[in-house]
Amino acid sequence: MNEYLTDTVQSLKDRFSLETIEFRGDISLVVSPDKIVEVCKTLRDDFGFDVLAAESAVDYWPEQAPRFHVIYQFYSMTHNQRIGLRVPLDGNGPSLPSVTGVYPNANWHEREIWDMFGIRFEGHPDLRRIIMPYDWEGHPLRKDYPLGYEEVEFTFNFDEIDGRKPYAKE
Amino acid sequence: MFEKTEVTLDELRHLISERAIEGDTVLLNMGPQHPSTHGVLRLLLELDGELVINCIPDIGYLHTGVEKNMEAKSYEKAEVMTDRLDYLNTVGNNLVYCLAIEKLVELDVPVRAQAIRVILTELQRIASHLVWLGTHALDLAAMSVFLYCFREREMILNILEMCSGQRMMTTYIRPGGLWRDVPAGFEDAVREFLKAFPARIDEYEALLTKNPLFLERTKHIGVLSREDAIRWGVTGPMLRASGVEHDLRKAQPYSGYEQYDFDIPTQTGGDTYDRYLVRMEEMRQSLRIVQQALDKLPYGPVRSNNRKYVPPPRSELGVSMEALIHHFKLWTDGFDAPKGGVYVAVESPRGELGVYLEGNGGPMPHRVYWRTPSFVNLQVLPLLSKGHLVADLVALIGTVDIVLGDVDR
Repeated sequence: MNEYLTDTVQSLKDRFSLETIEFRGDISLVVSPDKIVEVCKTLRDDFGFDVLAAESAVDYWPEQAPRFHVIYQFYSMTHNQRIGLRVPLDGNGPSLPSVTGVYPNANWHEREIWDMFGIRFEGHPDLRRIIMPYDWEGHPLRKDYPLGYEEVEFTFNFDEIDGRKPYAKE
Repeated sequence: MFEKTEVTLDELRHLISERAIEGDTVLLNMGPQHPSTHGVLRLLLELDGELVINCIPDIGYLHTGVEKNMEAKSYEKAEVMTDRLDYLNTVGNNLVYCLAIEKLVELDVPVRAQAIRVILTELQRIASHLVWLGTHALDLAAMSVFLYCFREREMILNILEMCSGQRMMTTYIRPGGLWRDVPAGFEDAVREFLKAFPARIDEYEALLTKNPLFLERTKHIGVLSREDAIRWGVTGPMLRASGVEHDLRKAQPYSGYEQYDFDIPTQTGGDTYDRYLVRMEEMRQSLRIVQQALDKLPYGPVRSNNRKYVPPPRSELGVSMEALIHHFKLWTDGFDAPKGGVYVAVESPRGELGVYLEGNGGPMPHRVYWRTPSFVNLQVLPLLSKGHLVADLVALIGTVDIVLGDVDR
């Protein structure tokens, strides 16, 4: 970790009393949901992290207690550094403030997280599903959402499997 | 079991202007099977005569659930899916995924494998830019360029087929190195391409760069300012055409890019024509990199010797019990990766291609997140298209250079 990043992390830790995680040289800070917008603003305005490179979420159900982690990856064009943020979220009606006001390209990322994980973003201008159809049920990337598959049809079980398909009922 | 989310008409009303509701403007559906949307992109347009007032992209028609599927496969078996994301940059997708695994489990890569990785990704970058150039020119009614571009792309695909047996879905780069060494005749084939291609780029440029019809369709169309480009997180040639000299191959070199001498082409106008110039120059720079990498291609192994992560070669299985055990273990179960997440990004032909890979101590990834450049770059399309003609929208979709497999994942 270089000097600039160490300074950034230290002053953010002092200002917002944050925890840090370092793994394989990637540094990320654990932020509570109510502070996320403020931390993002500080990162952008005071430390020059002007690009939101990526935003997504991870589901830890059923092993961990705060079920979701929303993850952010920032990049600084001027300092050529990366830094990550993690926001732990409870699984019961998860929601956190949107950062679209700070980084406009968070718009689609947050729509995707809502679509895939069912995490709501307060203050998002257009929180609709983005990838799944608008009337889709459930949020596919949650760990309790089953991975679907097609059964392989052979001559001996063709009728049996075909009878279970939705169109057969009509 | 799952709650249903209802969408009411009121929730959609803010997307269009008041005038559309009064019937002053026209709502037009473009796509998802329109030939110039480069796949299955659907655009909802609000038009005042021929002027675009609002452009609302609707994506997801090519969603394949790759991220979910990868969570149910071992690290190495999940790799075949990476090819299917950005199907014009298959080698680059393999590369970023393997770099992420190598960072996660701390696996070393031999220098020869790194150099071959660079050669193939740069050839793939040229192939991808050729598809972009051909289709972009075709959208602007320059038919012949398309045919020439696909002729040269075939030379690159032949090289990929020579190495991996596949023209497109190569899965040639593997964790810890390459699937196997390049065959005899590889160097000659690449050298032949290096010799032939510079003249071909001049040919395309002769057809387009000073062509008044092409200039008319691209100059001052879809101007993206430097500030907007950074604010919206745009990367790749689009960012460089807006005057930002940023390339991950220079900024955060991976796979030995720091040894090669090349320039980052930039332009300052940020319009469609500048993006065209940047991509044309990028092809020339890629040739330079391939030339250097080929000239000093080192000899040696192409795959790591760490048997905990890399299966032993077939020849060892008959003589070594240990090799047989490793082979069996790696192909039935796969290797275990530690708990923790890594983010790795490379410069794909379209911009920053990133992977967030998280392991949970077991043989399957806990989460694979793809930060794809097309998804992020497509977000600025409404910004670019505002106030332009519908006909220009076709040029704009071309200039963003989206691949729908990359957008929808």
